[in-house]
Formats: sequence, C-alpha cells, structure tokens
Amino acid sequence: MVVEQRVIGLTGDEAVAFAIKQVEPHVVAAYPITPQTIIVERFSEYVADGLVRTEFVAVESEHSALSACVGAAAAGARAFTATASQGLALMWEILYIASSLRLPIVMAIVNRALSAPINIHCDHSDTMGARDSGWIQLYCENSQEAYDSCIQAWRIAEHPDVRLPVMVCLDGFVLSHTLENVSVLPDEAVKKFVGEPSVPKVRVEVPANGGGTRVVEVPYKLDPWSPVPLSMGTFAMYDCYFEYKRQQEEAMKAALKVIEEVGREYGELSGRYYGLIHPYKLEDAEVAIVGLGSAMGTASVAVDELRSEGYKVGLLRIRSFRPFPAEKIKEALEGVKAVAVMDRVLSFGGPSGPLYSELAATFYHADEKPPLMNYIYGLGGRDISVDDFKAVAKELLRVAETGKVEEPVKFLGVWG
Amino acid sequence: MSGASGQEGIPFPPKWQEAPMGGVAYKPSTLLHTGTWRLGLKPVVDEEKCTGCGTCHLLCPDGAAKLVDGKAVIDYTYCKGCGICSEECPANAIEMVPE
Amino acid sequence: MCPARLTMKDVLAKEDLLYPGHRACAGCVPAIVFRLALKALRGPTVAVSATGCMEVATSILPYTSWKIPWIHNAFENAAATAAGIEAAFKAMKKMGQIKEVPDVIIFGGDGGTYDIGFQALSGAAERGHKFLQILYDNEAYMNTGIQRSGGTPRFAWTTTSPAGEVIPGKLEWKKPIALIMLEHRIPYVATASPSEPMDLVNKVRKGLEADGPAFIHVICPCPRGWRFDTRLGIKVAKMAVRTCFFPLWEAKWEDGELEFKLTGTSLAIAKKPELKLPVEEYLKLQGRFAHLFKPKKREDLIAEIQAAVDAEWNYILKKAGMA
Repeated sequence: MVVEQRVIGLTGDEAVAFAIKQVEPHVVAAYPITPQTIIVERFSEYVADGLVRTEFVAVESEHSALSACVGAAAAGARAFTATASQGLALMWEILYIASSLRLPIVMAIVNRALSAPINIHCDHSDTMGARDSGWIQLYCENSQEAYDSCIQAWRIAEHPDVRLPVMVCLDGFVLSHTLENVSVLPDEAVKKFVGEPSVPKVRVEVPANGGGTRVVEVPYKLDPWSPVPLSMGTFAMYDCYFEYKRQQEEAMKAALKVIEEVGREYGELSGRYYGLIHPYKLEDAEVAIVGLGSAMGTASVAVDELRSEGYKVGLLRIRSFRPFPAEKIKEALEGVKAVAVMDRVLSFGGPSGPLYSELAATFYHADEKPPLMNYIYGLGGRDISVDDFKAVAKELLRVAETGKVEEPVKFLGVWG
Repeated sequence: MSGASGQEGIPFPPKWQEAPMGGVAYKPSTLLHTGTWRLGLKPVVDEEKCTGCGTCHLLCPDGAAKLVDGKAVIDYTYCKGCGICSEECPANAIEMVPE
Repeated sequence: MCPARLTMKDVLAKEDLLYPGHRACAGCVPAIVFRLALKALRGPTVAVSATGCMEVATSILPYTSWKIPWIHNAFENAAATAAGIEAAFKAMKKMGQIKEVPDVIIFGGDGGTYDIGFQALSGAAERGHKFLQILYDNEAYMNTGIQRSGGTPRFAWTTTSPAGEVIPGKLEWKKPIALIMLEHRIPYVATASPSEPMDLVNKVRKGLEADGPAFIHVICPCPRGWRFDTRLGIKVAKMAVRTCFFPLWEAKWEDGELEFKLTGTSLAIAKKPELKLPVEEYLKLQGRFAHLFKPKKREDLIAEIQAAVDAEWNYILKKAGMA
C-alpha cells in the first residue's frame, strides 16, 4: 500500500538531512567539508528548532566524527555522519574499525575528488579508496534516491545477518547542490520503516562460582547496567584475526539479499523500488554502458536518443558497489555484445579503473565474455555530456561488430 | 592459551562461524594464572607484624594482595613477584623469599 | 573544594573492577593506577582506552580484564569515542529510553593524550562533554618499545632519543599537559601519584562528579622503560613528588574564577620548604638518567633540570597563592 507523499524541492544534501531528521538518530557527529556542508547545516537547524532530539556533536575533525559515531553505535545508539573527499580520507583507519566492530553506522558521502590539487568537485576517488574497508556502498543517481537510500540504509545496516556500516554516496555539486523534486514520506512512515534500533546477542564466558566459567548471552553493546560488561575493540594475535575477517565477508554476502529485500519493502511503501542494480533498456540491448552515480542519469538520456535513432543501446547502473552484485550483473548483461565500463576514478598504476577490474573479474570464468572497454571520465568535476555518452555508445557498436577491443582503457574528456 | 575453563566454554581459537561478533572478548582474564611469571621470589606475610592497613591491597598491580579477617593474604595464583608490597608495607610485614 | 571523602575503609570495601591475570609487567604502576581509579567509580560507568600498554594488557583475545563495559577504538581518538558514547546516552535519556546517563572514564597513556590523542581531547574539552580522562603518564611510548613522547622529560633516554656520544637524551622539555588542560577552563583538573593512593582515589571521584570535562594527570614510573627494579615503582613516584619534579595539585574553574590548591606532600612542601629534595635524588633512581651520572657526572645537565624544576615549582606556588 503506497503511502501518500509530499513533493518538496530539495537539493541532494537537503534531501539527506531531511531523511535523517525523520529517522532521528541518537547522535549525529559531523565536521563540515564542501560539498557536504549543507547536510550538517540543515541538520543543525533542525536541532536548533527542537525538531529532533538527536545529540549533534560538532566534532573537531572527520576522524573524530567517525570515532564518535563508533562510540555511540557501540553503546547501542543510532549514529550518523557525513563527509567527502579529504574528510573520508582522514577517517580512513576508523572505517575499518567501524565495520570490524560490526557497528551499523550510516554515513552519507558527497563524492568529491581527492587533493592534490585541492578540488571540491565530483569524482568517485574518495569512496573508491574505501572500497576494501568493509562498508556497504550504495551509489545514488539523484536526490530522490539519496533521500530513499538514507532511510533504507538503517534497515540494511541493522539487519541481524548484516551488521555492517553503510555509505550512501551522492555526487558532489551535481546532486548535492542541485534542486530537484523529491517525494518525501510522512514522518510516521519513516519511523515505522526503520523501527527501533536492534542489537544482536553475543555469547561470552563469565566467571562462575567455584572457579571456572559459564556461558551467557548478552546484547552486543556497552551497557553499564548489564551484569555482564563487554569489552570491545580487543587485540588479536595471528591465531584468531583471520576468523573475524571471514565473518565480516559472510556478512557482506548476506547483504546482497538484504539490500534487495529492503529495497522491495521500501518500494511497497513508497512506490519506488530499489535493488542492487538498476538496468535501463537492457533487455534487448546489443551494447551496454555500465557505471555508478549521477552520470548514469545523463547516460540514460543518451540511451533514449540513440534508441529513437534505432540503436539497441542499454544502460546498467550499479547501485550497490559493495557488496558487488557479480551474479546479477552477469545476468543483466547476458547477450550484450560490447560493454563500456565508466570509472569516475583512476587507480594509479593499475591495469584499469576499479569498476572495470571488478567487471573483468566477474566475467573471467563466464562462458560468454562480452568485450569490455574502460573509460576513465569526469575526474575533479570534469563534466560528461549526453553527446559524450553517445560517442561511447557509437564506439561500442563498432566493437560489437568486430568483437575486438584495441585500447581497453581510454580517458574521456581530458584535455590533450 | 586456555586456563581451566568450564566444560561448556567457547573454544579458542574460534572457528569463524563461532567467533563472537566483532571480536568482543569472551573469557575473563582470571583464567590466566600469572603466578607462573614469578622468577623465584615470592612475598610472604608475617601475620604478627601485619596491621591490616590495606596498603598492599591498594598498591598491588595485580590485585593479588587482599585483606582477609584483617590480615594481608597473597593470592599466589596471580602474584607476579614484583616486590612492591614488600617494599611499601609500612609495618615491614612482607618479605620476598625464595620459592 | 570539598576535602577527601572516600576513606581507606571505603576503598577496601570496594570490589576490584579489574580482573587479575592481565598482561601488564610485574611491578607495572599504570596497573596500580587503574585499580585505584576503578575503586573511585560512583555508579554505572563506561570506560574508553586509547591504544597503549594497558589497553593491550587487558584485552588480548579471547581474554578481558575489564569488569565494566569497555571499548578501545584507536590510538588518537579515545576522547572522541567517549564524546560519542556520552552523546548517545544523553540522547537516550532525552528520548526516555534510559533514566540516567552513566559516567564515562577515559584511560590514555602519554602517547594517546599528549601527542596523537591531543586533538580529540582538546575538542572534547572545548565542547564540554561530561567525562573524566585519566592520563597514565609513563613518559614514553612504552607499548611500542620505549620511544619518546611529548611527556618524556628532558635528558631522559628513550629508544628514539637515546643518550649518545653527542646528544644526551631527549632535548625537549616535558609538555605541561595538565596546565594546558587547565587553560581549557574545564571544571576539574588535577595531578596525582600512586604513591599517595587516597589522594588519587579522591581526585578520581571528584573528577567523576565534575559537571563537565575533567582531567587527571598521573605520574606512572615504568620499571621497564625507566630502568629500575620492579619493586621500586611507588618509591620512584614518591621521589618525583618529594623533589617537586611532579607537584600534586587540583584545580577547578567556577564562574570564571580559578581555585588552585596543592595537595598531599606537595602541600606539605609548600608549607615546609626544607622537605623539598634535590632533583638528583629522583634522577639517580632511574637507569634512563644513568648517563647523567656515568661515566662522568654531568653536573651541568643536572643543574639545568634542577633550575627548570625550581622555576616550575615557583610557578605552581604562585598559582596556589603560596609563593
């Protein structure tokens, strides 16, 4: 039963702040950085107007922002932060700690290029640099999706099979500062959807009478009123570290299903269904463009225009980059004769962009391997246009004919 | 590296499927008998001299000196033999002697 | 400020909130300080540790020595982590999910407090979160093998400031961390020594009762890093106080007014200056200062240390209005 919604003009940042207001986490600890600043400012206004009971901690750095969220989440509270670029880079070590402690923190990342030179505009180098950290990463196409994902994120993170933190990624300036129509749910609907924060149980040994120990099951949180105090953030020798990492990987695998389940449930509530991937006109496509984020919106216009000219072009926008939905991607691209993988990031010295590498790994053992091309584009906010995508599609159609890729990795839009 | 745990303890090292979430600690360190660290000297309390002041209890890094019925008692399961209790006892009631 | 409230009897009746079996060295003074501090808790408390000796010693998987909820996050963010915990409980109370906010106590070594941890501490103090940070100062990065820190005193040997042919140990002075925290104008700041355990315990209690950030700097001689026999930890701490190398004081800000008082032996010395011993009595107990005595006695360097100690002591006396 789709609930009635209001349409408000919101920028991407405002949409995130609005969603978080409706979720009302216990703690928001954040440090401003362009282009995330509006999220923090808007949320501060909500606090100042008494619209949320959230404790807003104006931390003195991004590293402290995520550290404070770790503390809050460990205490069993809902914690949110947002950052971009250098801020994400600064909190890098804590990313791993947050996911390894299995804390369901939600963080909005307003994708921005990394220094040097210092650049405040959009590319994916910040979150791509964090792809190994054990965080779930969802890339949004528009402000509506940013709003919707910031609500779904809590259910994904807190799911008992998952218990991993979630990054909701929206492109800097392109989405964060662009006013769009956003349908927002009623407050009660959001509260009902996210529910109360839940905490899983852990089994630990405590001293038993007469020496020895006995096993008890307690909620996994710092609870000073519990008769069984927990110690988190322990030290592991080489005899047990590996096992915890394997456990985390299992949680990532489970997240594949959970992201889809939550996306379906959200669709029933809002009318907008979300999944791991968002294919567009891919069913009978001969060639396909694959990528992340807002540029795929631009690409979809190119797809429409080419289709109207008779070309069978399709688009595969990947929403969940972590966990990487390899099986779904293989299925979606079945029958496609040439694929262009768009990377809005450079992995210096690597054989290709990161998304391309992951697609290549996906298809390596497949019986049918379409020719894959890699385009590195849009670094530091370099714009990419409908015409650019049309040119990519035309190149793909040529490759589809010959079945050969001469230059697998190309730079799109760089001067020189 | 296990002490005398109960029959139903959680194994260490754990299989990945059983490891308590997030690396939370799951055994009390009381299972580790640090008394084995002593290097040949142990503190002995002269009950006649002991006034039950409690200084040794306050100053033992391992909490191995306790007052029982007003007299200092050393828990040799944990005593590492550092000698602070002997050095600081105001009544000179504790002497470090060979084991 | 209220006089000492917790008595020896009170303390002896309290259970130890640190299990034995932890991996601290024999004679580890920080372990004493932790046990004493935990005796001063007044109710439900959450502890946060920065990376360091006591953090590792109390939490090697699968074992823990903590009898209260405890978290270790990273090296430089104990205060930020504590800020998040404090904010979480405040929000839970606002939302009617809990009745009272527990105390938050932070244990940081000199690494996690003077140096890498200072930003987070300063930020948390500025924002006025309610927590007590205990600095267990063993004057070097002991856990990683005795490297110099901002808390290492001048001319001390450490592995990254060794006493060599040309340079006699660390050349920089010990950062006045407690005075820096005092200038954050937070409700309670104190220094303490395990050689005066009841003074320490009562300061911890006052720190927990403070209505905002509180900070206690505790001198913690380390047998391993300072090079002395394991039985002498408390004696060395005592001498640090007797020579005024480490004065004991407590201070609080109220309505813009600073109340600054000497305590324990330092108060006694202020009243009877003849009790003050030359700093040499402290230095000669420690192997990390051995190069000041052998192969030849460096009167010049010892005199420098003495002059600095005297100047600092006079500064403290003035602050306490006892010059």
